[in-house]
Amino acid sequence: MTRRLILLLPLLGFLGLSVFLYQGLSLNPFHRDSALMARDFPVFDMVTLEDPERRVDRSLLANGEVTLVNVWGEWCPECKREMPQLLDLADRGIRMVGISYKDTREKGLGFLQDFGNPFEVNIFDPDGELGFELGVYGAPETFLVDRDGIIRYHHTGYISARDVREYILPEVQKWQ
Amino acid sequence: MQIQMIPEIGHFALVIALLFAIVQSVVPLAGAALRRPLWMAYARPMAAGQFLFVAIAYAALTASYMLDDFSVLNVANNSNSMLPWYYKFSAVWGNHEGSVLLWSLMLAGWGYFAVRYSRELPRDMVARVISVLGMVCVGFLLFILVTSNPFERLLPQMPQDGADLNPLLQDIGLILHPPMLYMGYVGFSVVFAFAIAALIGGRLDAAWARWARPWTNLAWAFLTVGIALGSWWAYYELGWGGWWFWDPVENASLLPWLTGTALMHSLAVTEKRGSFKSWTLLLAITTFSLSLLGTFLVRSGVLTSVHAFANDPSRGFFILMLLGITVGLSLLIFALRAPRVSHKVGFGWLSRDAMLLINNIMLVILTVTVLLGTVYPLLLDALNLGKISVGPPYFNALFVPLTLLMCVFMGMGPISRWKDTSSKLLIQRLWLAAAVAVVLGMALPLIFAERWSAPVAIGIIAALWIVLPMLRDLYDKTRHASSVGAGLKKLSLAYWGMQLGHLGVAVTIVGVAVVSNYNIERNVRMSVGDSVSVAGYTFTMTELASRRGPNFLADRAVIEVQRDGSRRSFTMNPEKRLYIARGMPMTQVALRPGFFRDLYVAMGEDLGDNSWAMRVQYKPFVRWLWLGGLLMAAGGVLAVADKRYRRLATAPDPEDVAASSGAKPEGDRQEATA
Amino acid sequence: MAVIRLALIGILTLLMVGTLQAGGIEVREFDDPVMEQRYRSLTASLRCPTCENQAINDSDAPVSRDMRDRVYMMLMDGRADMEIRDHMVERFGNYVLYNPRLEGRTFLLWGLPAGLVLAGGVLVGLVVRARRNASARELSAEERARLEVLINRGRSE
Repeated sequence: MTRRLILLLPLLGFLGLSVFLYQGLSLNPFHRDSALMARDFPVFDMVTLEDPERRVDRSLLANGEVTLVNVWGEWCPECKREMPQLLDLADRGIRMVGISYKDTREKGLGFLQDFGNPFEVNIFDPDGELGFELGVYGAPETFLVDRDGIIRYHHTGYISARDVREYILPEVQKWQ
Repeated sequence: MQIQMIPEIGHFALVIALLFAIVQSVVPLAGAALRRPLWMAYARPMAAGQFLFVAIAYAALTASYMLDDFSVLNVANNSNSMLPWYYKFSAVWGNHEGSVLLWSLMLAGWGYFAVRYSRELPRDMVARVISVLGMVCVGFLLFILVTSNPFERLLPQMPQDGADLNPLLQDIGLILHPPMLYMGYVGFSVVFAFAIAALIGGRLDAAWARWARPWTNLAWAFLTVGIALGSWWAYYELGWGGWWFWDPVENASLLPWLTGTALMHSLAVTEKRGSFKSWTLLLAITTFSLSLLGTFLVRSGVLTSVHAFANDPSRGFFILMLLGITVGLSLLIFALRAPRVSHKVGFGWLSRDAMLLINNIMLVILTVTVLLGTVYPLLLDALNLGKISVGPPYFNALFVPLTLLMCVFMGMGPISRWKDTSSKLLIQRLWLAAAVAVVLGMALPLIFAERWSAPVAIGIIAALWIVLPMLRDLYDKTRHASSVGAGLKKLSLAYWGMQLGHLGVAVTIVGVAVVSNYNIERNVRMSVGDSVSVAGYTFTMTELASRRGPNFLADRAVIEVQRDGSRRSFTMNPEKRLYIARGMPMTQVALRPGFFRDLYVAMGEDLGDNSWAMRVQYKPFVRWLWLGGLLMAAGGVLAVADKRYRRLATAPDPEDVAASSGAKPEGDRQEATA
Repeated sequence: MAVIRLALIGILTLLMVGTLQAGGIEVREFDDPVMEQRYRSLTASLRCPTCENQAINDSDAPVSRDMRDRVYMMLMDGRADMEIRDHMVERFGNYVLYNPRLEGRTFLLWGLPAGLVLAGGVLVGLVVRARRNASARELSAEERARLEVLINRGRSE
C-alpha cells in the first residue's frame, strides 16, 4: 500500500506544478511594483525646466497635497500619446509634477509647447539622476505621492483613458 | 493557379494527417486489448500515412517560403524577397507556427521509423507503442490546427514584401540548431511510448529495455548536438562570447537532457540486471514530459526569456492542457500499473549497480535544481510574494559542485563490476589514476598558464579522474589478447560508446574550467592605426570600410593580428550591420578559432571621429566545450550500432532473456553502461 | 487591419529581440585588475530591469548603461560590493539580483537542493543496505560458487 502511495508522488508533484503554471498564464512577468512603494520620495535638489534659477527639493512633494509625478521625455513617443490623459487629470484638479527626463532644456520646453503642459512645475533631469533614484527604467512612468511625500502607486508605461478611470483616479481618491 | 493553392493543400494535408493520427491512436490499442490482429495491423499503415501527410504540409509551407508567397501571414512575417534561399528554407522553423509544424513532422517521422525498425517486436507491443505515439501526434496536430495555423492568409490585402527573418536567425547556427534540438525532444517520445506500452501491457523485462535503449541513445545524441549547437550559436552570434546563460529556454533543453542521461544509465541496469524497472519507466515518462514542459515554458510567455516566441495566452493554455493530459495520464498509469513487487536483485556498496544508482540520484538532483531555479520566480509571483530573478550566479553555485561530486563516482563507475566489486580491486585499479590526476591537475595550470587557478586545477583533476581509469580499463582488457589490435577489436561497440561518451564529459569539463577562468577580455577604443595587445597577440586596426550585403549595410573593420614573436599575421573582419527591412543593427563577430584558443573581436559603437569601441577576447579551450558535446553524442550513436541491437532484429536471443535474472557468469563482460 | 497587425508584430519582435545582441561594449579604465574583476562580476550579476533576460553587462538598454556607470562610480568611490548591490535593490527592487538573497521566500530555492543531496545520500544508503541483504539472503550454494568464479576471474584480469 505504501508502495502505491510512493508511486503516486510523481503525479501529485506534477499536478502541483501545473497549478502554478496555470496561474502563471495570467500573470504578466513585466508588471513589477516599484521598489520605492510605501517609501519616501527620494531626496533631491534640482532646478526646474522652466526656470534654470529656481531650485526645488523634496518639500515640493510633501506639502499636504496628493501629487502625480510623471517622468517624460521628448524622445519618447508613448509620452506624447499619453499627454491628453494627463491634461484631463490636471483638469480634474489633480496636482501634477513632471520630470523632464534625459532631455535638453530646449527639447523639453518644445515638447510642452507642442503637447500641452498639465504640470504645475517640471523638474529638469537631463542626466536621469533623479530618474535613477526613482528606479525609472524607461519613460513614461508615473508615481503617485501622498500628502506626506510617500510613494503610494506606480504606473509603468503608457497611461490610457481606461487606466485613468480604473487605476489612477481610484488611487488618487484613496490617498486624498 | 495551382501554385496559389499550395497553402490550402498544406492545410488540408494537416487535417488528413490528424485523421490518420486519430485512427492510429485508437484502433491498434483497442486491437491489442481485444487481441484482434487485424486491428493491431492498422498501426503500420496509419503511422506511415500520417508521416506522409504531415510531410506534404511541411513541404507546402516550405514552398510558400521559397516562392515568396507573402499572402501567407507566416511568410510575410518571417521572410523577405531579398533573403537568400537557404534562409528562406530555414525561416520555416524560425517562428512559432513553423517550428511546431517541424515538431509534428519529426514526431510523425520518429513514429514511422519506430514502426519500420520494430518488425521483430511482439505485435501487441508495436500496436501499443504506435498508438501512444499517435495520441501525442493528435495533440500536436490539434495544437497547430486550432491555435497555430501556419497557413493563415492575408487576403485580399497582401503586403508587397515580407518583414524579413530576424537577422539574429539568419545564420548557419539557426539552420542546424532547432532541428537537432527538436529531434532530441521529440525522439524521447519513442521511449516514452515504449514505457507506456509496457505499463499497459504489463510486459517489462530485459528485452523491453533492450528495445528501448537504441531509441533513447539516438534521441539523447540529437539533443546533445542540439544543445551544443545552440551554445555555439549564442557564442558567436550574440557578440559577447558567452556560451551558456542559464536562460529559461536553455534550461528547458537541459532538463530532458539530464533525465535522458539518467535514463540511459538506468536502462543499462534494467537490461543487465533486471532491476530499477519502475524507476526506468518513471525516467522515460519524465524525460518526455520535460521536453513538453520546455515547449510550454518557451511558448506560453510565463517566463521572461531572451528567446521567447511572441506569445499568446490561448496557445499557452492549449499547451498546458496538452501537457496536463499527456503527463497527468502517463503518471496516473504509472501509479496504477508500475510493477507492484520490485524484483530485488542484490548488489554491494562498490558495485556498478550502486554507482549507477548514485549517478541517477545525482542527475535527478541536478534536474530538480535547474527546474527549481527556472520556475521559482514564477512560483513566488503566483503566490504574490514579489518578483525575483534567479540567474547564472545561483545556477553556477549549485550546478558546479554537484557536477563535481558526480564526477567522483563517474571515475569509479565504468571500472566497477555488476553486483559487487571488491574494494581491493577498485583501489588497485584507481590509485594510480588518482595520483596522476592530482599531480597533473595541479601542475598543468602552473606550467602552461601565467597564473595558477584552483578552479582550473579542480576541473582538470575531475577530467583526468574520469579518463585515466578508462585507459587503465582498456589496458586491462587488451593485455591478454594476442595483440593490442586484436584485443581492441574484441571490445563491443557499446563499450566504445560508453568510453567516448565519458571522454566527451571530461573534455567539456576541461573546456568549461579553462575558458571560464583564463578568458581575457579587453574593451578598447580603436581607430585606424591603433593597436591593442591581448594574451600575446597584437591586434591592429588597419582599415575601416563599408560594404553592402544582400539585405544589409555594414561597417567593417580590418584588424591585423600578429602573434608576439612570430612574423606571420592574419586579418579579422568584425562588422556592424544594419539590416534594412527591420532597421535592426547587428554585431557580426570576427572569430579566429583554434583547438587551444579562440580569438574573438566584436565591434561596439561608433564613438565618433572614426573610432569604434572594440571588444577583443582571448578564449582558451572554448572549442572543447562543443567538442565534448560532439564526443558524447558520437558515443551515444556508437552504442546504438552495437551488434546486440542488430541481433535483436533477427530473433530474441535466449541468452539475453536470461540476462534479466541477474546472476550470470558473464556478468563481467565488457558492457556498455552509458 | 492585417497590415496594422503585421506592423505591430514587427515592432513587438523588434522590441523583444532588438536588445538581445551584444551590448555594453564600452571603454572603461581600471588601474587595478581586482577592481576590474569586481566590476565584471557585479555587472554580470545585476539584471537589466527592462530587458527580457539579460545582465546589465551585455545590454544596450539606457538604464543598463546608467547602472553600469553607477557601479563604476561607486567602485571608484571605494564602496563594497554589498553596498553597491543594496544601492541597486533600493532603487530597482530585488528583481535586479541574479543571485537571490537567502530570505524567507527563497529558503526553498537554496534549501531544497541541499536537502536533496542529504536525502539522496540517505536513499543510497538505504537502498544499498537493503540490496546487500537481499543478495546475502538470495545466494544459493551454486550461486556462491559462481560468484567465486567471478571474483577470481576479476582478480586474474
